[in-house]
Amino acid sequence: MTPETIFYAIGMPIIGVLLGLVYKGIDRRVSARMTSRIGPPIRQPFWDVGKLLLKETVVPENAVRWIFNAMPILAFASSMTLLLYIPFGILRAPLEGYGDLVVILYLLTLQALAMAIGGFASGSPFSSVGAQREMVLMMSYEMPFAIVITGFALIYKSFSLSTIASTPVWSIVGPLGGLGVLLLLIAFLWVTPAELAKLPFDIAEAETEIAEGMLAEYSGRNLALFYLSDAVRGFAMIALEVVLFFPFTLSYLFGLNLSGAALYIAEGLWFLFKVLVLYILAVTLVRTSFARFRIEQASRIFWVYVNIIALLGVILIWAEVM
Amino acid sequence: MAKTTYYIPVGPIHPALKEPIRVEAEVEGEKIVKVDVKRGFAHRGIEYMGMKRNAIQTLYLSERICGICSISHPYAFVIGSEKALGIEAPPRAQYIRTIIAELERIHSHILWLGVIAHEIGFDPLLFWTWKGREKVLDILEAITGNRINYAMYMIGGVRRDLKESHIKALRDMITYYWEFTEHMKEVFLSDPVYKARTRGVAQLSKEMALKLNVVGPTARAAGIRMDVRQDIPYDAYADMDVKAIVPQDIVGEARGDAYDITMVRLYEIEQSLDIIEFCLDNLPEGKILAIPNYVALLNKIKKTEGEAIGAHEAPRGEVIHYLKYDGTRDGPAVWKVIAPSYNNINSWAPLLLGAEVADIPVVVAYIDPCMCCNDRVAVVEDSSGRLLDYSYLHKKAVEKTRKLEKELGVRR
Repeated sequence: MTPETIFYAIGMPIIGVLLGLVYKGIDRRVSARMTSRIGPPIRQPFWDVGKLLLKETVVPENAVRWIFNAMPILAFASSMTLLLYIPFGILRAPLEGYGDLVVILYLLTLQALAMAIGGFASGSPFSSVGAQREMVLMMSYEMPFAIVITGFALIYKSFSLSTIASTPVWSIVGPLGGLGVLLLLIAFLWVTPAELAKLPFDIAEAETEIAEGMLAEYSGRNLALFYLSDAVRGFAMIALEVVLFFPFTLSYLFGLNLSGAALYIAEGLWFLFKVLVLYILAVTLVRTSFARFRIEQASRIFWVYVNIIALLGVILIWAEVM
Repeated sequence: MAKTTYYIPVGPIHPALKEPIRVEAEVEGEKIVKVDVKRGFAHRGIEYMGMKRNAIQTLYLSERICGICSISHPYAFVIGSEKALGIEAPPRAQYIRTIIAELERIHSHILWLGVIAHEIGFDPLLFWTWKGREKVLDILEAITGNRINYAMYMIGGVRRDLKESHIKALRDMITYYWEFTEHMKEVFLSDPVYKARTRGVAQLSKEMALKLNVVGPTARAAGIRMDVRQDIPYDAYADMDVKAIVPQDIVGEARGDAYDITMVRLYEIEQSLDIIEFCLDNLPEGKILAIPNYVALLNKIKKTEGEAIGAHEAPRGEVIHYLKYDGTRDGPAVWKVIAPSYNNINSWAPLLLGAEVADIPVVVAYIDPCMCCNDRVAVVEDSSGRLLDYSYLHKKAVEKTRKLEKELGVRR
């Protein structure tokens, strides 16, 4: 174990949580401004987490206690692990070489699964309905997500994220493949709000229907862990999207000649800026301009339309690569 | 055998409900297989209170029956009282009353549009519509002094006059709302997600609507041409031609679902603007109170013996007040209020049966329920908290009668 790995093991989760909460704060602020409200201060998510950690953790009487308490930890752990697989700009992913896109797909799934299992274990009807919805939703959006990842594997002949991050996808595909990648991007943008349980696909947590669904019975520390893993997941998902579709570095775009620390700082900030822009476009804007779908409508959207878009993209890429 | 159904309690406290009522649903997956609606959480004995006060106090009390239509109940009350007393409000007062009632309809309908948007998870639309609603509330405050509970009406007229500045502000507001309603129509009626969530949801056929006795926009969305302003016109409504807004006049057919009711409410806002404009153009001059002295008014009520029914088309449907003055008190001896939500809530159980869990908020909200309007009855519980149903109470009453008969030796 080198000092570097220890730094990564401790530093990355802290940075990830900080960034996730900051992005969440910005998201809330921007969304409020879009709807002519003032909105909370950007540090509000930090206060929320702090308050939740101080509160009592209530376990319902008819809940399966150990599952109920274990699931928030599982979700948090998987989101922390997820962070270690995301390359920050030109900074390489700490766990590079130990896993690839497929692991990321599974880690994202694991969090949703942990929430669903926690919901089932709560023993509340609202949570059970929410968990059922989450399962149905997962079955719907995982398929197009997997297709998108397959498309990338076809282009690079590898599932490795570092390989993908090192060369922008747009520079190695032709016009036909470019169109395919564009279709994959569209499919991925549809999957994003579902993966992050944001409107219009926050069906499993629908406030007015089932009173926050899976999270209905969670409180205190458990809820804080879910809150944190949600924040980290939001950041990680958008970061993944940036790595896959917008990997342009500053040096690549403007031909800057930086080196050493300056290069890392500039590229790091540029990466965070890209994530911010995409976060606002793909999450904030979408959740501010849509109503919630019904579960069967959402399923149909993913199974039929998004799948068709994703498959079409893969076929175009395949046609070019073969 | 594994349990396949879940029991989902919605209410009396639930994010989808703004007021207490209970919907007990048994769901299989997402489908509702059994449903029960329980009301009676907001019973305040307000009619009893009204029967202990004088008529002017009861008029103010009637404003507090409902939190939103704070002019509908007083309107029905003053119309009933005027009929019983045999007096008529001066023409100017009649026109002012109509203007205030239509202003209230505008703000109530915009409020509903925001609520339904919130129920389907479209919060930005809620913020936007309620921002637009501020204008009419400002106007109401300028005219009456209050945003809600205006204290504007009086038996035989109104308490405040319309000034020139008010008329100018009203005309500005009309221009503003023509534009705003046009914009709202575009947003609500052509938004694909809104359509997906409301088309076919809470669908009430014409036969069903007649059977369930629904009133107001709920009935009109099902294609029934009923509107108190059209059927038994009163005040300024008698001078103009008010037609009930039904979907078949707008798009050719009435489906009676939540989408149609949105359409009906949006077009009713425009109708209200037309009515206000007519009233402003034809506003008569003159006094605003038939009996300006309240002591004289109360004395007249004390000497009056008679009963009457006052009806007004509230934003949610017809509100009816039955009043009886017995000539001994200066207040109503009998006061009975029938609020539109009482009839409209009847539609919940049949509409929810077979619907999805996601439709509960839409079905609950589409009639724009007002629980505090409609609770008229309290239920009886025994010492262990068990609810005693009607048949049980009836049985007990019969038993008691038999027992008394036996004790007193009454032959049957």
